[in-house]
Amino acid sequence: MDRAARATPPPVAKQIKGLSDRAIAWIFVAPTIIILLAINIFPLIWTIYLSFTNYAVNRPNRDVSFVGLRNYERILSDEGTWATMQATAHFLIWTIVIQVLIGFTLAYLINKKFRGNDLWTTIIVFPMMLSPAVVGNFWTFLYQPQIGLFNYVVSFFTGADPSSFSMIASVDLAPWAIIIVDTWMWTPFVMLICLAGLRSIPDSIYEAAECDRASKWRQFWTITIPMILPFLMLAVLFRGIENFKMFDLVVQLTGGGPGNTTTLTSIDLKREAFEKWRTGFSSAYAVILFVTVFGLASIYVKALNKVKAR
Amino acid sequence: MKSKLLNSVAVMSVVASGAVFSSASTASADELTLCWAAWDPANALVELSKEFEAQSGHKMSFEFVPWPNFADRMLNELNSGGKLCDLLIGDSQWIGGAAENGQFVKLNDFFEKEGIKMDDFLPATVTGYAEWPKNTPNYYALPAYADVVGWTYRKDWFERPEIAQEFKEKYGRDLAVPATLEELQEVGEFFQGREIDGKTVYGAAIYTERGSEGITMGVTNVLYNYGFQYDNPDKPYELEGFVNSEGAIQGLELYKKLYETATPPGASDAYMSANIDAYKSGQVAMQMNFAFIWPGVEADPNVGGGKSGYFANPAGPAGQFAQLGGQGISVVANSDSKDAALEYIKWFAQEEVQQKWWDVGGASAMRSVVEAPGFADSQPFAQTFLDSMAIVKDFWAEPAYASLLLATQERVHNYVVAGQGTAKEALDGLVEDWNEIFEDEGKK
Amino acid sequence: MSFSVTEPSRRQKWIAGSLVVGYALITLIPLLWIIATGFKSSADSIAYPPKVVFQPTVEGYVNLFTTQTRMGEDLRAEPREDLPWYEQLVREKGNTIVGASRYSERFFNSVIIGFGSTFFAILLGTMAAYAFSRFRVPLKDDLLFFILSTRMMPPIAVAVPIFLMFRNLGLSDTHAGMILLYTAINLSLSVWLINGFIDEIPVEYEEAALIDGYTRFQAFYKVVLPQATTGIASTAIFCLIFAWNEYALAVLLTSGTAQTAPPFIPTIIGVGGQDWPAVAAGATIFLVPVMVFTILLRKHLLRGITFGAVRK
Repeated sequence: MDRAARATPPPVAKQIKGLSDRAIAWIFVAPTIIILLAINIFPLIWTIYLSFTNYAVNRPNRDVSFVGLRNYERILSDEGTWATMQATAHFLIWTIVIQVLIGFTLAYLINKKFRGNDLWTTIIVFPMMLSPAVVGNFWTFLYQPQIGLFNYVVSFFTGADPSSFSMIASVDLAPWAIIIVDTWMWTPFVMLICLAGLRSIPDSIYEAAECDRASKWRQFWTITIPMILPFLMLAVLFRGIENFKMFDLVVQLTGGGPGNTTTLTSIDLKREAFEKWRTGFSSAYAVILFVTVFGLASIYVKALNKVKAR
Repeated sequence: MKSKLLNSVAVMSVVASGAVFSSASTASADELTLCWAAWDPANALVELSKEFEAQSGHKMSFEFVPWPNFADRMLNELNSGGKLCDLLIGDSQWIGGAAENGQFVKLNDFFEKEGIKMDDFLPATVTGYAEWPKNTPNYYALPAYADVVGWTYRKDWFERPEIAQEFKEKYGRDLAVPATLEELQEVGEFFQGREIDGKTVYGAAIYTERGSEGITMGVTNVLYNYGFQYDNPDKPYELEGFVNSEGAIQGLELYKKLYETATPPGASDAYMSANIDAYKSGQVAMQMNFAFIWPGVEADPNVGGGKSGYFANPAGPAGQFAQLGGQGISVVANSDSKDAALEYIKWFAQEEVQQKWWDVGGASAMRSVVEAPGFADSQPFAQTFLDSMAIVKDFWAEPAYASLLLATQERVHNYVVAGQGTAKEALDGLVEDWNEIFEDEGKK
Repeated sequence: MSFSVTEPSRRQKWIAGSLVVGYALITLIPLLWIIATGFKSSADSIAYPPKVVFQPTVEGYVNLFTTQTRMGEDLRAEPREDLPWYEQLVREKGNTIVGASRYSERFFNSVIIGFGSTFFAILLGTMAAYAFSRFRVPLKDDLLFFILSTRMMPPIAVAVPIFLMFRNLGLSDTHAGMILLYTAINLSLSVWLINGFIDEIPVEYEEAALIDGYTRFQAFYKVVLPQATTGIASTAIFCLIFAWNEYALAVLLTSGTAQTAPPFIPTIIGVGGQDWPAVAAGATIFLVPVMVFTILLRKHLLRGITFGAVRK
C-alpha cells in the first residue's frame, strides 16, 4: 500500500513498471476492503459477541456476564417488538403501494413528452434529495392543528374545522401522517425508475401492435406492464429496504408516538440502545435486523443483476 | 482547532490513534465549555458568565440542547467518553449514574478547601441535585438552578365578571386559584372550547411528551398527591401496592381526564416549550410548567405585566407535593480543564453572583438569596416559587434511572394519550417493568 | 406533427402536462413554505389561520446566527443608537444579543465532513472500481455484493458497535471519526457507480496506451480517468449529498464538536419557545445547495439512486 501511494507521480511509477496487474489489483482494492472490514465486519462480529452478554455501555464498572440466548428470547417473545414490527409493516406496505401507483402514473404522464417535461421532472425530484431530518422536522410545523398549513389545505377541500383533527397527535392518523410525508419525499424515486423503464421500451413494439390492431388498453397490459415490471420490482425493493431502515424522518415527525403507533424498528432499537443503554439486548436486536436485511439484500442484488443484464 | 487538524490527519491511518488531544490544564487561560439545556435561564447564564470571563481570563463557550433532546445528547456524550463539556449542568436524576461511573468529579474536598457549605443551599436542592447516594454527604454537584413544577393562569380571564359569574352558576363556588387537583380539572373543563375575545380557548396545557421525560414530569404531580409512592418506605425497592396503590390509580385517571377534557387539540406530545407557546398565544387558561418560565411570562407583551398569576401544584387527598426540576452544576471527569472548571464553580457559589443570578432570571438555590427579607415580594411569582420548593419530590435518581423513566413514559403515555388499557393496567405494568429493571440491577 | 402511432396527440400532451405540473406545484408547497417562513416574524409564523401574505423580515436569520437573552430593566432603559441594525432589531423584541449561535459551526462541520468523506470515498472507490472493472479479482462478485450489503444495514444497528469502537479509539464526536464512517458508507456507492462508468470505457484505449509504453498507472491516470470524469463527478455529488443529509449516525455519534447541521437544525430554539422562522432560515440555507446540486445532477440522477442498476 505504501509503495502504491508513492507510485502515483510518473517518475516513480516508472520504477515499478514491473508490478504485475495482479499486484495492482490488490493494491487498488485493499484500502476499500480494509476500511469496510474495520467499519463493518469487525463491529458486526463485536455485535454478535455482545448479543450474548448483559453488557451496558453506561455501566462500565459492572461485571459482564454471558446470558446465552436470553436476549434473543426476550426480544422475540416481547409483544412490544411485534407491535413495532406491525407498525413497520404497515408503513412499508402502504408507502410502497401508494408510491408505486402515483410514481407510475406520473412517469406515464411524463412519457407523453409534453413541452418542458424535463424541467418539471427535476422539480418533482427535489423532495427526494433533501435531508429527511430537516424536512421531517418542518413537517411537524405543517401538521400543527391550529397554525399548520396542512390542516388548512384539508379543511379548504373538505370543509372540516382545521383544529378538529391533528395528524400527529391522533392514534388513528399518525401512521398515515408518516406515510404522507414519505410519499411526498419518495414518489419521485419510483417515478424516475418507471420513467427509465417506459423509455426503454422501443417504439417499434407499439408500432407492430398497432398494425395488429391491438387496442391501446390491450397494448398497455400486454406490452407496457410486462416490459416495465422488472423496473417496478427494483423500485419496490429499493423502497422496501430504505423504509425498513427508516429512522430520521419518522423520529422527527412523531418520535414514535402517540403511544407506540409509529414506533418503527429503528426507533425502538434506538431507544433500547441509546436511551435505556441495554447494549447486550440491543445488540441481539441489531443481529436480528441484520439477518432480515441480509435476506432482503440477497434477493435485491439478484434482482439488480437481472435488471442490469437486460 | 488544533485537535481538529490533528484529527483530520488521523483519518489517513485507519487505525486512528484518537489520543491526540491538546491538554493544557495549567493556570493559564483555558477555554471552558459549559453544557446545559437550551432555555431562557441558559441564555441568562451566558450573560452572567461574562463577569467570570473578565475576572479569570478563561474563555467560556456554551453548548445548549433543547429539553426533549437534552438527556439523550448529554448522556450519550458522557457515555461515549466525549470531551465536549468541561462543566455540565445535568438533570437531577443523572447524578446516580454519573457518580457510580465516575463521570462527575466528586466535589467534597473542593468544597471543604474553598469553604463552600452545602448548608447554605436549600435542603431539597442539595438532596435532589448534589448527593449520591441520597441523604449521604457525598457531593457531585453544586445546586445551580432551583426549579419545580407549578402552574400559571390567566388572572385577567379569571377576573372577568361574566366568566366568573358563569363559573359560579355552574360549580357553585368562586372562580379562583384551585385548591385541589379536582378543582383544577373543573376549571380546565370550564374554559375548554370557550370563546374569549373572538378566539376559541382551552383549559390547560399539561405535559404529555413521550420521547424524553415530559409526561412523567407532569403525571407525578398528580400521582404524589393521590398517594403514589416510589417504593415501600420501610423496605426499599418493594413496589407492589405503592406504585400501583388505589390512590395512584385514581390519580392517573384524573390526569387522563384532565388530558381529555381540558387540553388544546393536538397537545399529545407537549413539554415545556409547547406549553409556553400555547399559553403565550392565548390558547389556554392555565399551564403546567417548571417555574423557570415565570420571568418570561411576566415580561411577555401578551400575557405578562399582571395578566398572569401563579400557584403551586394543588393538593390531593394524600397531600400536596410538586415535581422537582432543576439541576446542579458538575465538573466532567473526562475534561482536560478541571481546574478552570472548579474555578467557575467557586465563582458561581459566591453570594453576590447568586443574587445577580436571580436578578437576571436564574433561580438561585442559595438560602441567603431566597430567604432574604423582601425576596418574596421581589417578583410576583417569588412567593409561589418558595411555596413550591417546600413541597418537592423527585423521580428515581438510580443509575438505572433512564430505563425506569422510559418505562414510565411508555406506560403512562400509552394510557393517557393513546388510550390503551386502564389506569390499573398501566401502573401494574409499570410495577412489572420496574421490578425487571431492579432485578437486572441486582437490587431485588 | 408526425403521424407516428407512438407520438401522443396534442390533447393527450396537454392533459398529461397539466396533471404533472399540478403535482409538481403541490410538491413544491412545503419547500416554498420553509423558505417563506424564514422571512416571517415569530408572530406571523404561528398566526392562525396561517399567513400567506406577510411583511417580510430577516428576524429569523438574525435569531439563527445569534444567542439572545431577555433584556434586564437597566438595559431596556437606555436607548442605544450606536448599535448595528441587527442588534436594534433584537432589542425591539425586548432581547439582547449575548453571542453568536452555533449554527455556522455546525454548517461548517457539515462542509468539512461532507467534503472530507467524499474525497476519500471517491479516491478509494475509483481505485477499487478500476480494479474490479479491469482485472480478474478473485471472488469479485462476492466482494461487490459484500460492499453493497454494507449500505443496507439499518444505521441504528450499525451505530451500536461503532459507538463502542469510537469510544475506545477516542473518535467519538470528532471530525476524523465521522469522515471515516461516512467514507466507509459511501464507498459502496462510489465503487458500484464508478465501476459502471469505467465498464463503459472501451478497454481498447488503455491497451493502445500500454502498447505505446505507458505503465498501468499511467494508463489509468492519463487515459481512463479523464474519460470517467463526468461519472466520477456525479458520483462525488451523490456521496456529498448523502453525507450532507445523514442524520441517524450523526445524532448518535456526535454531540457538539463534530456535530453536523441535520441533528442541529431541529434543535434550534429561540427565547421562550420554538422559533420557527429561525428553524426555517437554518433549513433554507442548508437545503438550497442540495437543490442546486440536484439540477446539476439531473442527467445522472437515476443512475445514482439505483447504484448504477438503471442507466438511461
